[in-house]
Amino acid sequence: MAIDKDTVRKVARLARIAEPEDRLEPLAKELSGILGWIEQLNEVDVEGVEAMASTVDVSLPLREDRLQEGDTGGGQPDNVVANAPKTEDHFFVVPRVVE
Amino acid sequence: MTDISDLTLAKLRDALKEKKISAAEATDDYLSRLEAASELNAVITLTADKARDMAKASDARLAKGEGGALEGAPLGIKDLFCTKGVLTTAGSHILDGFTPRYESTVTSNLWRDGAVMLGKLNMDEFAMGSSNETSFYGPVVNPWRREGDKTPLTPGGSSGGSAASVAGHLCAAATATDTGGSIRQPASLTATVGVKPTYGRCSRWGIVAFASSLDQAGPIARDTRDAAIMLKSMAGHDPKDSTSIDRPVPDYEAALGQSVKGLRIGVPKEYRLDGMPAEIEMLWRQGISWMKDAGCEIVDISLPLTKYALPVYYIVAPAEASSNLARYDGVKFGHRAKDFDDITSMYENSRAEGFGDEVKRRILIGTYVLSAGYYDAYYLRAQKVRKKIFDEFTRAYEKVDLILTPSAPSAAFGLGEKTADPVQMYLNDVFTVTANLAGLPGASVPAGLDAQGLPLGLQLLARPFDEETMFKGMYALEQAAGFTARPDEWWA
Repeated sequence: MAIDKDTVRKVARLARIAEPEDRLEPLAKELSGILGWIEQLNEVDVEGVEAMASTVDVSLPLREDRLQEGDTGGGQPDNVVANAPKTEDHFFVVPRVVE
Repeated sequence: MTDISDLTLAKLRDALKEKKISAAEATDDYLSRLEAASELNAVITLTADKARDMAKASDARLAKGEGGALEGAPLGIKDLFCTKGVLTTAGSHILDGFTPRYESTVTSNLWRDGAVMLGKLNMDEFAMGSSNETSFYGPVVNPWRREGDKTPLTPGGSSGGSAASVAGHLCAAATATDTGGSIRQPASLTATVGVKPTYGRCSRWGIVAFASSLDQAGPIARDTRDAAIMLKSMAGHDPKDSTSIDRPVPDYEAALGQSVKGLRIGVPKEYRLDGMPAEIEMLWRQGISWMKDAGCEIVDISLPLTKYALPVYYIVAPAEASSNLARYDGVKFGHRAKDFDDITSMYENSRAEGFGDEVKRRILIGTYVLSAGYYDAYYLRAQKVRKKIFDEFTRAYEKVDLILTPSAPSAAFGLGEKTADPVQMYLNDVFTVTANLAGLPGASVPAGLDAQGLPLGLQLLARPFDEETMFKGMYALEQAAGFTARPDEWWA
């Protein structure tokens, strides 16, 4: 299915990517080209086939519900915020969200 | 004796153990080769000081008669692996300045075994590309050129820096990752050996995520033995990755040289494409007769869903990517736009500035196919076709032990030649992407040169977790091909 300029604007908004107005038309063309090629999947009979999300045929492992140590453990706020563009007292600083 | 950089990883390992060479010498040699090869643009961050420190520690262990399986071996690391205290970019502007506070499990395993890190290697942005041209840091140039022609060629992608630096002998071996062919296609284009193991064999923890159900780490190396040595160190169960499989890692090197007599080699007729160069078809036939001469039984098989694998991939991978890449929002790490009005425009502008065109394209496709009203038609349907492709392989492996195909539909092509049409670029992965969808191990082995003097590879696919049989087959192919050609060092 071909997608139009308005759909691209909507999808870009959902994806939180600013696309300038003059990019919407070329993007609609590019994405329609890709989606058109993808649509050959409609030729495949998938009646009664189960959807496959992962090739790993095991149930996800559970661990004991207690604080982990090491890289995946808690208690390391310095590490958590170390790469943030703007922080204050171990908080991420962002523009005002609530008026 | 021969130059250090001419030694394979296996020979270097032995020479280090026997103290014929020190890790410091090997490291200095490779660092100077890397510095002299800036024209190839294979490296994003050279870690010379760290490399020398690691080499010194290796020499101390070797002096005491200690040391791991890779003690003192200088390696290149694809810049998708998080490395503690070392800039990690994933080839993207949006990860500017990102310096992880932790080390990926795969690289931790390599350092545990004594390896030395030379630097972080260039790659397509977030591993999305087949020519290395989507990297924010510019394309990698293939050490190989057409005969009598200086046109810069792609080393393939996304692990282009890994492939080029191994082919140019700028490191002893390299790590890489493969989501749709990003290890095997560049290996084919650079006459290196690339191995994508079974999904779950190597931990994904600390590897910048692209498409989580498809991503898998593996080595790019000079020959089959080196790839076997690398994979043994890289692989293993990791509780930090819930899809990592808890089973012992075999000694892949021990499989090399074992007889392939009686192995059933499947040849799928659907891997013969219209418009594929005749040389690739001929090389494939040659590969079939090599395996036959080695005592294998050749079995014609049919995998009729092959042509749907790429379209499935271009729904599943962008869908997963759109979710994984949601974390790049200018808040927790990386690039934040300077100009914005509110928090939404901060997200939107940071992402618009930080992502390149191909990454944006894939995020938009992923967002679209997951959006209300299209989920069933695209995403769910793709997952069902994926299941059918998986079942098709399972049935094929009732009749055969390995599957032999070409690795890529063309030899290395010129930079800029295929960037105009995304779908043309996507077709590079037509032979490799099936293994990702089905979670199977696959490998590319250099097999010959085309009329222009460019390398071509052959691919072997195996059953899940049967890398040993795959390595047996790879070694047999390698022995029969006797591939020794090397690119001229025009960049040095």
